[in-house]
Amino acid sequence: MDTAGNLIKTVRVRKIKSYVMLSIATVTAIYGVLWLLWILLDVFFNGFKSLSFSLFINDPAPPGVEGGGLRHAFVGHFIITSLATIMGIPIGIGAGIYFAEYGRHSTFVKFLRNITDVMVSFPSIVIGTLVYAVMVKPVGHFMGISGSVALALLMIPVVAITTDEILKLVPNSLREAGYALGARRWQVIKDISLSAARRGILTGVILGIARITGETAPLLFTAFNNNYLTLDPTQPMASLTVTIFQYAMGPYEVWHGQAWASALILTFGTLMFFILAKFVIRRK
Amino acid sequence: MNGKNSIPELIVSQTLGFFAVFVGLLFPLATLTILIYESIPALEKSGILHFLTGRVWDPVSEVFGALPAIVGTLLVTLISSMIALPVSVGIAVFISELCPERFKPFFSTAVELLGAIPSIIYGMWGLFVIAPLMADHVEPFLQNTFGKLPLIGVLFEGAPTGIDALTSGFVLSIMIIPFMSAIVKDAFEMTPPLLKEAGYGLGATKWEVVRNVVIPFALPGIIGGVILSVGRALGETMAVAFLTGNVHAIPKSLLEPLTTITVAIANEFTEADSDIYLSSLFLLALILFLMSFGLLMTAKFLILERIGKRWTPRGI
Repeated sequence: MDTAGNLIKTVRVRKIKSYVMLSIATVTAIYGVLWLLWILLDVFFNGFKSLSFSLFINDPAPPGVEGGGLRHAFVGHFIITSLATIMGIPIGIGAGIYFAEYGRHSTFVKFLRNITDVMVSFPSIVIGTLVYAVMVKPVGHFMGISGSVALALLMIPVVAITTDEILKLVPNSLREAGYALGARRWQVIKDISLSAARRGILTGVILGIARITGETAPLLFTAFNNNYLTLDPTQPMASLTVTIFQYAMGPYEVWHGQAWASALILTFGTLMFFILAKFVIRRK
Repeated sequence: MNGKNSIPELIVSQTLGFFAVFVGLLFPLATLTILIYESIPALEKSGILHFLTGRVWDPVSEVFGALPAIVGTLLVTLISSMIALPVSVGIAVFISELCPERFKPFFSTAVELLGAIPSIIYGMWGLFVIAPLMADHVEPFLQNTFGKLPLIGVLFEGAPTGIDALTSGFVLSIMIIPFMSAIVKDAFEMTPPLLKEAGYGLGATKWEVVRNVVIPFALPGIIGGVILSVGRALGETMAVAFLTGNVHAIPKSLLEPLTTITVAIANEFTEADSDIYLSSLFLLALILFLMSFGLLMTAKFLILERIGKRWTPRGI
């Protein structure tokens, strides 16, 4: 009788303990979501207050003058990111194809792939200093194109790893069918592997772009900044992220407002890319 | 008709091979070489030991000691990891074990989105929203509660400004939570259902299964995830750039401004007016490179590689 009572008691204690611990886990999950909502709402409301049409079409006005905009930063950001994408995507996809298609049984290629995987989490500011030493210092001034190179270097490992992962999902029997028909290796890669995995590779590309759109640190001393609109990538070029950094640190209330507005555009732009990538991979 | 040596085949394989070698070997190697080359003047002037242990960073008189920046980096990373670890494990437990199937995509996506927000947004939000909150409410509260206690009271001394180690570490923790919890969750989900069912079969409660089956099984993944996130936190710049104050001094409490390697580089690189100043910043970048590369490699090779091979059902 007594032992049975004890047993019921321990079971109850264990159950209560289980509930308590699992509730804590639930609370942490809510904690995570809470921050997301808080940040998004703050960015949305503060950004929306300062969002206006002139932000996109006007050049910056001196502090105190109404109606200034950040046209130069939007244009610069677009140019820098596009050039980076053009440089980064082919190299990234190419390396990814090599890892998956040529390097299956090679220890050396596996080693290369592992290093690439490490480079995905590599501190972006170090890449900025690297590009500064290689491109900016010899030329003598900051350049938009050097910002693109830094971003491309940042993007390549991301795209390479995603491409590799996706190509590994393509069943080998498909490739063997190609070889059986007499196709050569590059034909198998082009017409079978890539064609089967193109949606996944597209996801990798979008994720790569999403990764570099929000980057600031590598641009600080490569593309630097510019207060005027320029279309020439050999000149210092403003970007949205560096401008946010400058304006948020600045003393003027107007600047803070414009920084929030740019933050709104940037955040939702990045999240759009991200959601687009998820959407592409889900739609089978 | 030799397929291996046809011209398109050669072009394709050589080009792709070059890209692979470029990203996997040349790129990191070139980074290392160039950083070493650029930091030679600083190494010659200060000496590596002097640079690492020097407490004074005074560009005007050209005295460069990196200890405050290194300590600051480690401190901010430590604070953020200490906050992020329990939360990430909790999130992983919730998503993989508790969450009803219907809400799973919602929570997973929400946490992933948290990771997709650009770091500068975290920094700016931290500066405009969190720092005032910390300065006006949280830090005075902490001071009143813990400030009088022996030992830990020291941690909360100083004027609560919101621009300090605590705020930096806190904002950084929000940033690494998604990353850490994603890896921990993946490790959890690798636990074979068979093992869990065996636990339930013995009459274990859900928590006991998590505590005694899932967490031990996923431990290598958790450790790997933590090291990986720490590696990421070390190199994070913009989230903390607004919040540290960039003061080259070893903070005596959590409420004092400090600097990290990344923040020092970001703030001072374009202002460096002498070659030796610039070279010292390159040396900082080199130290950061070695620290984070070492950590990331450790995570990669020692732990993440093993997790897949640890338990394979036999004889079933």
